[in-house]
Amino acid sequence: MSELRQPFQRLGRSVTERILRLGFAARFFAYMLVHSGTALRRFHLTIREIYFAGVLSLIIILVSGMFVGMVLALQGYETLQRYGSSEALGVLVALSLVRELGPVVAGLLFASRAGSAITAEIGLMKATEQIAAMEMMAVDPIARVVAPRFWAGVISMPLLAVLFSAMGIFGGYLVGVQLIGVDEGAFWSQMQASVDFRNDILNGVIKSVVFGIAVTWIAVFEGYDAQPTAEGVSSATTRTVVTSSLAILALDFVLTALMFTGGNAR
Amino acid sequence: MSQPPIVEIDRVSFGYDATRRVLHDVTVRMPQGKVFAIMGQSGCGKTTLLRIIGGALRPTSGTARVLGADVASLGTAELYALRRKMGMLFQFGALFTDLSVYDNVAFPLREHTDLPAPVIRDLVLLKLEAVGLRGAANLRPSELSGGMARRVALARAIALDPKLIMYDEPFTALDPISLGVVARLIRRLNDSLGATSVVVTHDVAETLPFVDHVFFMADGRVVAEGPPGEVVRAAVPFVTQFVQGNVDGAVPFHFPAPTYATDLGLGAKA
Repeated sequence: MSELRQPFQRLGRSVTERILRLGFAARFFAYMLVHSGTALRRFHLTIREIYFAGVLSLIIILVSGMFVGMVLALQGYETLQRYGSSEALGVLVALSLVRELGPVVAGLLFASRAGSAITAEIGLMKATEQIAAMEMMAVDPIARVVAPRFWAGVISMPLLAVLFSAMGIFGGYLVGVQLIGVDEGAFWSQMQASVDFRNDILNGVIKSVVFGIAVTWIAVFEGYDAQPTAEGVSSATTRTVVTSSLAILALDFVLTALMFTGGNAR
Repeated sequence: MSQPPIVEIDRVSFGYDATRRVLHDVTVRMPQGKVFAIMGQSGCGKTTLLRIIGGALRPTSGTARVLGADVASLGTAELYALRRKMGMLFQFGALFTDLSVYDNVAFPLREHTDLPAPVIRDLVLLKLEAVGLRGAANLRPSELSGGMARRVALARAIALDPKLIMYDEPFTALDPISLGVVARLIRRLNDSLGATSVVVTHDVAETLPFVDHVFFMADGRVVAEGPPGEVVRAAVPFVTQFVQGNVDGAVPFHFPAPTYATDLGLGAKA
């Protein structure tokens, strides 16, 4: 009988532990928001983290954006020219990027590049007793270490997504106009006429802000909650990338459903 | 009238959970101005006791009064206010690896005071001079040897002139020269600051000569205490074994087990 019960007990324990951890993550998030005064008052702490999370992510974001835009132009032209609408290439590239690919791909890259680095750094600080030392010096590590990194991520993410989309559009222009020979005037004018600031660009930026909050929250929490061992930090870093990537994709679906359906359908 | 002790641990017990009791009814008093050692085997509860003194853990029962405050009853703000009067040296220094030596020592000053940069600079250089590392101010922690890192961490621990300085295994993995330097610094800094120091260690040879009072712990209990010479002469079996490093004695060599003959299957035949 107990053999029959064991799998259910294990399942129950696993579910309970996950719910408890989710609750802890929510309390951690609330505590971090309440103790964000230091990060905002001493903004140089946040600026420093923007450099590490944002500026150092620029290369991968810009290069990836460029290639995504170039591939979009190639694939888009292939399809559009079948229907004689190759002039709409600019619209296709721009809408794909600002609505979806910009925020989502930049978010996934940000989670891999900056999110993993944040988790590893905080986890290693914990493993080498730097967090404990800070507490013993009467300095709240959540206010001093975690909150600046969180706000740096929230600020960096939309800027990176915008730059990703801009580079993607430039890549699409290079391939569509300069390489394939789509009319330059049609490429830009159709894009200008069809891309709406509020419905397309602003919604894309809102998405990237939400992704920034999700990715950085997961990253700082996983780092702070990591087991203080080499294996613990390694597992936490992996969890950050996996969880935040899944969170981005799930949130993207929800946000797209809310933003681009119903009244907004064109 | 005598001053109240800086640290007053009264019948403190502690367990991480109901089944794992780490401290049993520990009573310890530490008056001001002296250097105390808490010694014992790994896992005897000495670091747990240090963490209770620092307010990182709350006793399961009993009271822990530090600098006049009952640490278990303090809220976060009050605990942080109390910790500004404490300094702690961690086992491997716990220096902030993204900051230089100078910035590490300046860290508590910048966090807790509004002193202008030139004053902070003078104070940091003063503290680094005290540990003999003024010339290393611009190095990164990764460029320091283990002993140097420990000394920088010591300079950081005394940055705010604490009344209580705690040392968690300060001699671990140090060469003999660094070990001697750290031991002498603990004594000298305690005397020059008029502070009280608590050293948690199992390094007998280096520690006993420079401390004023030693507590020997075994299995979560204080088994002997007093000035080092007196405690060693008292011939408490555990202390004698610990100080002399004997393989067998109060702490047996063999982990509890059935008789060897029984395990070999010879018990029934005997």
